[in-house]
Amino acid sequence: MPEDFGGRIVYILQRYAPSFAAGAGRTMIIALVGTLIGCIIGFLVGIIQTIPVSPKDHPVKRVGMWIVRLILNIYVEVFRGTPMMCQAMFIYFGSAAVFNINMSMWFAAFFIVSINTGAYMAETVRGGVLSIDPGQTEGAKAIGMTHVQTMMNVILPQALRNIMPQIGNNLIINIKDTCVLSIIGVVELFYTTKGIAGALYTYFEAFTITMVIYFVLTFTCSRILRFWESKMDGADNYDLATTDTLAHTSGMYRYSGDKKEEN
Amino acid sequence: MSEQALLKVRHLSKTFGKNVVLRDIDFEVHPGDVTCIIGASGSGKSTLLRCMNLLETPTTGEIMYHDTDIASAKINAPDYRAKVGMVFQNFNLFNNMTVLGNCMVGQVKVLKKDKETARKSAMNYLEKVGMAPYINARPRQLSGGQKQRVAIARALAMEPELLLFDEPTSALDPQMVGEVLSVMRTLAKEGLTMIIVTHEMAFARDVSNHVVFMANGVIAEEGKPEQIFGNPQNPLTKDFLSRFMNG
Repeated sequence: MPEDFGGRIVYILQRYAPSFAAGAGRTMIIALVGTLIGCIIGFLVGIIQTIPVSPKDHPVKRVGMWIVRLILNIYVEVFRGTPMMCQAMFIYFGSAAVFNINMSMWFAAFFIVSINTGAYMAETVRGGVLSIDPGQTEGAKAIGMTHVQTMMNVILPQALRNIMPQIGNNLIINIKDTCVLSIIGVVELFYTTKGIAGALYTYFEAFTITMVIYFVLTFTCSRILRFWESKMDGADNYDLATTDTLAHTSGMYRYSGDKKEEN
Repeated sequence: MSEQALLKVRHLSKTFGKNVVLRDIDFEVHPGDVTCIIGASGSGKSTLLRCMNLLETPTTGEIMYHDTDIASAKINAPDYRAKVGMVFQNFNLFNNMTVLGNCMVGQVKVLKKDKETARKSAMNYLEKVGMAPYINARPRQLSGGQKQRVAIARALAMEPELLLFDEPTSALDPQMVGEVLSVMRTLAKEGLTMIIVTHEMAFARDVSNHVVFMANGVIAEEGKPEQIFGNPQNPLTKDFLSRFMNG
């Protein structure tokens, strides 16, 4: 093993690059799938919690909604309010010991990250929906849209745009927090590094590499999401749709290139 | 003017908690009528208009649309609203869509028209309000007057039997007020049935054929514009109008 810091890093990489890559790959798969499913859970919960209930509705609907909301609130508060590491132990080992459920480690990993992200996203989605100007809902109602049509066509697209930064936040948190899954034996990036560091007794060098990998992963993801956000905003300017040639000189018309219409 | 009323409001009252906003309102709208509702802020004009589109639920009373009471709980509000358009003070254009998208979405999603038909009809109405060149623009890129004209086109694209305007020019500067009012004048000439809550007295006098003056949640006086503006009977009407006419 080389004596200097740089040399050791090269040495570790030469011997363990495939292990690091595999660990990073697992970390990313868990984080991406967990965030995606978590967002779906979050949207469902957030949408259900913002369904308007008026005193004029049928009593069965009102009581039903009350019970559903109570259950969802308990879910959100419990999973937001306890450490993911404890949840991992509780769900993976607890379910095996008490209920004799033997879930696979991978299933447990996806399940824990998703259910956690879902709890956070539920509140984010609720906030996103509430943040949209009530005038948007009134505008949609006034042309005869139902609540579902209003949500799908008007409110959710705008809410989604507004909560994109928070989805990015969750993805980055998940990339980092998958390392708590090492406690149930998931060989992701942190677990891999611990093994390598222990084998060669090179904690400083091994974790330097791992820190860089984590940072590259999170930074790349945050940039990709930023780019996606700006795409969602649409173009900053627009073309006048006119055949009046005087408009060419108005500065609001691109003479060359394809004229495309957004719908 | 046809004898059969399009909309009949009977004994309508609306309370918010203990606050009585509308008290025993009665009035009728016939096809082709342009009704202007005037009155001081807080007199209940906007609430009355919002009740007619079920954005507010009346506390008591009935609103007969043709022969159906739309104030009853059994009515399907979205179906009714598809036939009665509304234009708001704050435009309420959909921020996530272009001008064309705003005018098409209701036709496609609510009226279930195919996209090409919807597009043609949207273009027709955008042409009418002078916004056809701006189909690719998004609401944030438009001025207030332009937004309101698009909002009118969006409402017209649903081909409503009745169009409600809730202070359509109150958020606009004087120049933009002109462009929106001129669109509304055209619609009135074409015989569209409209109910307009407005503070534009000259417009109400010139365009409407029926004026309703509201004060403290009741209809204080109603009649032909010549009568309300030329020879008001109720002291409240006289007082209210004197501020506009002499001011």
